Amino acid sequence: MSRWAAVGPVMIFAVVALAFGFALRLDPHKLPSMLIDKPPPRFSLPPVEGTSAPLDSSKLQGQVMLLNIYASWCPGCRLEHPTLMRIAREKVVPLYGLNWKDKPGQGGRWLRQYQNPYIAVGDDPSGRAGIEMGVTGVPETFVIDTAGRIRYRHAGPVTEEVWQEVFVPLLASLGVKS
Amino acid sequence: MTPHRKCLVLGILLSLLLPVAVAFAVTPDEMLSDPKLESRARVISQELRCVVCPNQSIDDSNAPLAKDLRVLIRDRLKAGDSNAQAIDFVVERYGNFVLLKPPFQLNTLLLWLAPALLAIIVLFQLMRFLRRQQSLPASEGFDSVEAESRDELSADETKRLREILEKGPTS
Amino acid sequence: MLAETGQFALILAFVVALLQGVVPLAGTLNRDRQAMTFASTASLIQFACIAYAYAVLTHAFITSDFSLSVVAANSHTLKPMLYKVSGVWGNHEGSMLLWVLILAVFGASVALGKAQLQATLRANTLAVQGLISAGFLAFILFTSNPFERLPFVPVEGNGLNPILQDPGLAFHPPFLYLGYVGFSIAFSFSVAALIEGKIDASWARCVRPWVLAAWCFLTIGIAIGSFWAYYTLGWGGWWYWDPVENASFMPWLAGTALLHSALVVERRNALLSWTILLGILTFTLSLIGTFLVRSGVLTSVHAFASDPSRGVFILALIVATVGASLILYAWRMPTLKYGAPFSMVSREAGLTLNNAFLTVACATVFIGTFYPLVIDILGDDKISVGPPYYNATFLPIMVPLLVAMAVGPVLKWKRDTVWGALQRLKPAGIAGLLALAVVLMFTLGRSLFAAAAMALAAWVVVGSLLVLVRRSRLGRTSLGESLKLLRSTPAAIVGLVMAHAGLGLSVIGITGISAWSSEVVERVEVGGPAVKIAGYDVGLASINQARGPNYSAQHAEFIVTRNGTPVTKLRSERRFFPEREQLTTVAAIRTTPASNLYVVIGDPDDKGGWTVRIYHHPLVIWIWIGALVMAAGGFVSLSDRRFRIGVATRQPAAARPVAAE
Repeated sequence: MSRWAAVGPVMIFAVVALAFGFALRLDPHKLPSMLIDKPPPRFSLPPVEGTSAPLDSSKLQGQVMLLNIYASWCPGCRLEHPTLMRIAREKVVPLYGLNWKDKPGQGGRWLRQYQNPYIAVGDDPSGRAGIEMGVTGVPETFVIDTAGRIRYRHAGPVTEEVWQEVFVPLLASLGVKS
Repeated sequence: MTPHRKCLVLGILLSLLLPVAVAFAVTPDEMLSDPKLESRARVISQELRCVVCPNQSIDDSNAPLAKDLRVLIRDRLKAGDSNAQAIDFVVERYGNFVLLKPPFQLNTLLLWLAPALLAIIVLFQLMRFLRRQQSLPASEGFDSVEAESRDELSADETKRLREILEKGPTS
Repeated sequence: MLAETGQFALILAFVVALLQGVVPLAGTLNRDRQAMTFASTASLIQFACIAYAYAVLTHAFITSDFSLSVVAANSHTLKPMLYKVSGVWGNHEGSMLLWVLILAVFGASVALGKAQLQATLRANTLAVQGLISAGFLAFILFTSNPFERLPFVPVEGNGLNPILQDPGLAFHPPFLYLGYVGFSIAFSFSVAALIEGKIDASWARCVRPWVLAAWCFLTIGIAIGSFWAYYTLGWGGWWYWDPVENASFMPWLAGTALLHSALVVERRNALLSWTILLGILTFTLSLIGTFLVRSGVLTSVHAFASDPSRGVFILALIVATVGASLILYAWRMPTLKYGAPFSMVSREAGLTLNNAFLTVACATVFIGTFYPLVIDILGDDKISVGPPYYNATFLPIMVPLLVAMAVGPVLKWKRDTVWGALQRLKPAGIAGLLALAVVLMFTLGRSLFAAAAMALAAWVVVGSLLVLVRRSRLGRTSLGESLKLLRSTPAAIVGLVMAHAGLGLSVIGITGISAWSSEVVERVEVGGPAVKIAGYDVGLASINQARGPNYSAQHAEFIVTRNGTPVTKLRSERRFFPEREQLTTVAAIRTTPASNLYVVIGDPDDKGGWTVRIYHHPLVIWIWIGALVMAAGGFVSLSDRRFRIGVATRQPAAARPVAAE
């Protein structure tokens, strides 16, 4: 018993220190999405001002695609925009957009200013559709597979770096060459 | 990464979290006219963590998303949800992370039971220790019941005083 | 150029600290007196070097030398002087420099202390202190250099985060650090004792004043932090069970336990190994607190910009210091003995019971703080542990502790009876029942929990004061005689009574705000109808534009009346800081012993209305009064002549306190 009392503290400490070591490699801001392997929740949004195609979540299936959440007030969205434009230009995967919590007209103006990479882009001024998706901030990008299930959520800008490191291998595993 | 680049990225991250200038936590315009529903909404919002804020409930937080969730909770209550249903609605979308009171489930078993278990173990050890201490043979130097004020020197102090007088201070 | 000399001083301090860590250890092995006294000299040189570096950095902040990266990132020419000085520790690099400065202050105090400390114990203690210091100096030099220059000197600095521009927060970190770092002395003493393999009552007597001093500072630090949160965060919360708050609370709980267990060592030579372990653990928890804040592993209200490489470095430091000391403990502990006997019912048993409760309480906070990390490491789930968890687990542990708190001090040393103790506590019991009855009566029987909590508070306060009543034989002898007895009461006992009663006062405040606070959030107009809260009418009288040194503000004046008679005017402000484009609010608070009226002006709408939040917090101020009484009790206790170690205290000339600061 007294042996255990002697080595107990150092053993417990070793476990705690190990846990801290692992914890250092985690991102405390990263929140797992609740939608992984589930179809997107049902929502139907009118097109963003200046575009024509509405965004209906029932259409988000049939092929591998991306759903990108953006807003005009979001600097990270500016940062990822060139990458999104390239993906749209090279037709790597279809790209859908959701304009989250923007004042009327702002989302459309932003797309006119920087060009529109989306096949369809829905306007969500109240942010409710975003909340249905479990969105915590913008930008966020969801990967949806052929069966219409969400496979991955990326929180933060999709820069070229992120695209190469995260999206290319993931899309390859879903059968998309990029 | 250079420091400047780091600042830039950090700045972007921060602006990601705080899109609009600071607003208030619960504001009059979002409150419900029915005081019963409103007070239920307050209770619920105090139990839900704002997902984009550091350790605050949505009731305390002034983040826009927290406000959206407060309004959402009130809409759910107006639609006839019970407190549990309204909370579940948010948990289904954002996960257990939003619960300031962690759920009692398999992976939180230890969290909830550890304090009680520890208390039992510690009290058991305490009893063992006290029993053993009670039955120890009297030991030299600590025998006498000392006066509470200890204005007089204790046995070991006397001994040390004698040592010092003989050898001089050791330091 | 000056900054470079500061940097050089830090490097010198690092070298001296390393020598301080190695030479005396070798000296005690070879019984080399000179090597042992080197420890004292080294710690003084180290202190001088770090103090110089600190002065240089302060100078850079005061003169707004933006060629230094830290100053440019955290200061501004328009910032008031107070915040230029406190700005030194308002950032990561400077706060770490303050950390090692305080470490050096404590080291130098041990070196200078007139304490009758055995030469080997002093040398070993200072050696351990030197090693800790070397580690943190290396941390500063390699990962957080405060003297880093910018390639181009900016014209203006970035400014200090407006939320941090507050006198409360300006003084919060130094006190917190005095506490955290003060516990390093307990750690060093413990490790030194393990190195020597000699632990006894005199060891405990040497270490206790240091623990007590650190505990007092930490108590004040936590109280200031909590008070700051109460009046600045704008919704009247005073404790959030936030990871960073817990980081300061855990060492406090462990330190409180240490304070009590060291008494048992002093009196009975028992609980030796446990006390040594506590000495190590208390400082470990301080280090973990630093790690938590600096590495950013947990998100928190108080999160600082974090950097993983710093986290790795601090973790390595913790593993090295704590790991080594715990291995040493595992090796030496079985050789420690049990000391003298005491009964199941005795002061010693009471102190041990206190340790049991505090240990469980501290472990509970630890588990609550770090469990989310474990879940995160293990898988996809992520959880939060918030106030409801602690209310369900921590508070139930506090109840028996509070009950026992009044009993402990009336127990006799070595042997006592339960019946005897209860007899002595009869007035406290009556006070408790009275409090219960009064609260139930005034709340019409609705707040049973609050009534029970108030009864507990009365029990603790009266029970603690009974110690003085009994000593002075009040009522059993003439008043003059009683006063004389009271005056001759040793300071340590007065301190004990104050510390215990102080916690009772805090319980009153906590109960008041938890059970009876009320809140109104309303839209009001200037000159419009007043808001009614807890019998007060609060009307918005005027809104004016105002200018501060580095912000512009909207200044709202409220007129408070009660039944038509004016009570007071309250002024709340919304401040806009252009340098950071940040908006803060300043609450207006009317404090009385009975309640706080807390008014905050919010956002305007476009129809001339303003959102205001008004709170009524009964008794809340007692939370902090209680904490200050506790800390004051600690300081009173420190002045006790029993701490003037060296039995020669009979000679007035030798009467100097050990803990000189």
